[in-house]
Amino acid sequence: MKKKLLSLALAGVMVLGLCACGGETTDETSTEGTETTSTAQGAAFKIGGTGPLTGSAAIYGIAAKNGAQIAVDEINALGGDIQFELRYEDDVHDAEKAVNAYNTLKDWGMQLSLGSVTSKPAEATSVENYSDRIFALTPSASSVATIEGKDNVFQMCFADPNQGAASAQYISEKQLGTKIAVIWKNDDVYSKGIHETFLEKAEELGLEVVSDTTFADGNDTDFSVQLSDAQSKGADLVFLPMYYQPASLILAQAKNMNYSPKWFGVDGMDGILTMEGFDATLAEGVMLLTPFNADAEDEKTQNFVKTYQEKFGEVPNQFAADAYDCVYAYYEALTNAKATPDMDASTLCDLMIQQFTSMTFSGLTGTEVTWDATGAVSKDPKGMVIENGAYVGLD
Amino acid sequence: MKKRIRWNKTTRNNYITYAVVILAFVVMQAMVSAGSISSTLKGMLVPICAYVVMAISLNLTVGILGELSLGHAGFMSVGAFTGVTAAVALSNHVSSGPVLLIVGMVVGALFAALIGFLIGIPVLRLKGDYLAIVTLAFGEIIKGIFNNLYVGLDSSGLHMSLLSDKTNLDEAGQMVIGGPMGLETIPKVATFPIGVLLVLVSLVIIFHLVGSRAGRAIMAVRDNRIAAESIGINVTKYKLMAFTVSAALAGAAGTLFAMNYSTLVANKFDFNTSILILVFVVLGGLGNMLGSIIAATALTILPEALRQFSDYRMLVYAIVLILVMLATNNDTFKAFLARLIPGRKKNEKEVV
Repeated sequence: MKKKLLSLALAGVMVLGLCACGGETTDETSTEGTETTSTAQGAAFKIGGTGPLTGSAAIYGIAAKNGAQIAVDEINALGGDIQFELRYEDDVHDAEKAVNAYNTLKDWGMQLSLGSVTSKPAEATSVENYSDRIFALTPSASSVATIEGKDNVFQMCFADPNQGAASAQYISEKQLGTKIAVIWKNDDVYSKGIHETFLEKAEELGLEVVSDTTFADGNDTDFSVQLSDAQSKGADLVFLPMYYQPASLILAQAKNMNYSPKWFGVDGMDGILTMEGFDATLAEGVMLLTPFNADAEDEKTQNFVKTYQEKFGEVPNQFAADAYDCVYAYYEALTNAKATPDMDASTLCDLMIQQFTSMTFSGLTGTEVTWDATGAVSKDPKGMVIENGAYVGLD
Repeated sequence: MKKRIRWNKTTRNNYITYAVVILAFVVMQAMVSAGSISSTLKGMLVPICAYVVMAISLNLTVGILGELSLGHAGFMSVGAFTGVTAAVALSNHVSSGPVLLIVGMVVGALFAALIGFLIGIPVLRLKGDYLAIVTLAFGEIIKGIFNNLYVGLDSSGLHMSLLSDKTNLDEAGQMVIGGPMGLETIPKVATFPIGVLLVLVSLVIIFHLVGSRAGRAIMAVRDNRIAAESIGINVTKYKLMAFTVSAALAGAAGTLFAMNYSTLVANKFDFNTSILILVFVVLGGLGNMLGSIIAATALTILPEALRQFSDYRMLVYAIVLILVMLATNNDTFKAFLARLIPGRKKNEKEVV
């Protein structure tokens, strides 16, 4: 009997615990989101996004969040009809956590979504966006599967295959190397997607790829095998389609081996300079293809870089710029559509699909930016090189 | 008379566990239909079911069989990948979601059981630390295999290749497992009722196994291997039995988990996931199924409930975990509980 009482009490505790947790989340969301860093006056459009704010890919998430925040602050300061409220939730670069984060945002009342910052989480959340009819414009999730088959998910960055092809094209046009080595991560969607299209395009353009080596999660700390393979085959340009963390180790280890080819990266390499504990001199001369150049002369870019440096103490990377552009693209589309904050998410969704497929947008990451009905973006990539610890345009 | 009471107690504990699960299900279902549940919690219902099944199945290996396994996520991975492949292959012929899910779970469970059986033959001859190391390696190997496996489906059936995509699908073909890209087009058919059903089925299987003659033999092997052998118990057979059942349940849980998301990568089922499940088991108590269920539920919800701490979330999570571990092993705290709930102390002694 007593045992029964105890077990009933335990059962009660469990159910209460569930209810309490449920209640807590609703309470939290109905009052004020903790991650809400800017609250506009009166009615505002609620924009939400998920990204890795902690963990190994945190630089991307934090940059996107900061970039979007600057745009939101600027727009709110204008005091027009369109005001924004921004909230970012952490997804630790994991699909399961991203869906949880997305649901948290939904509880908060998100009307427009910035999708997810990284590819795999974005593939998971974009399906939710599609079924909930909440429009999404992701700043940087570049995999094709993110937008495939979803009419209300759009990208601000190039899709992976385009990056690979564009890199090969760029290397060939500028004659940057004759013998090319590729080191890529074979258990990563992003790396693999770029690698495949790069090889395809390289073959088409007659570029000679002499070394093609891989690494994977778990053995991503020692690159001596891959580097000596490239070195022994006389590669004078090494293409690194990967995120900045392994790339930083490759650069350091190559230096120890006295191997100094030209390095060529893609947008995942962006962020290497702001990585904690990284010796920026190692990255001297690294070239990368990215749509954003922090040293550009135009007023827009300079203002953005200045504000970003004042607020966050570092030079913004492409992710920050992409997120900044996303918010402004929303601003433009909402203005054109004469949308009001009291519209629900699905009404806004229809309006946004209409706007984004028809409008031409100019921002930090490109002028004359357009989207097709699949949600893919069309804009020109820019070649960049790292000189004296800063990104400089190659052209 | 005395014997009857003892028999009743085990059965009663089992029924209480069922009752708790069903009660939780009814309460949650009521909240879902009343719309008084947050999207966050609603989205976590199926993963919670999957984690609960993972925890109770690992509890069978760790608590009942007494062997430390650090590769449980590997079986989840096998179940997820094979189950989803089966479901995708069937999806052109069967449109009913629950049927797809159940077929997927059965296939996932069978494959995981097969792998568990094959792994178990050599591995279960090892003891203690060595077993832990081999199961750890197994989890990593499974991850490596699925990261390099390509499976595609087209009109002429399933195509498979290793290391690089040589599936050569025709026009209408679609990739099911795309190497590092993982499962790409998962039918999202997992539902909470089927999740709870899986939890209940797992509990029935485990309770019946533990209560049976085989179960007593398994526990005899755990308590004293030499004594068990000396009275003629086939140690390898009973170890394999428990290990295979545990793997099969983990496989079904893997399929359930996978089919709640549209996409899934093999890296999800890494060492960290195995340890997370082991934490559920240790926190809930070795051999205590109800404890595992509560621990798995609480520890899945906790990180989400802690979102208000933003960046310090995982720090708070770790502190909570340490405090709970300390508190449950603290005599003063236990005495305090005993005062709160009269008779608790006496009960605990009875359990021991």
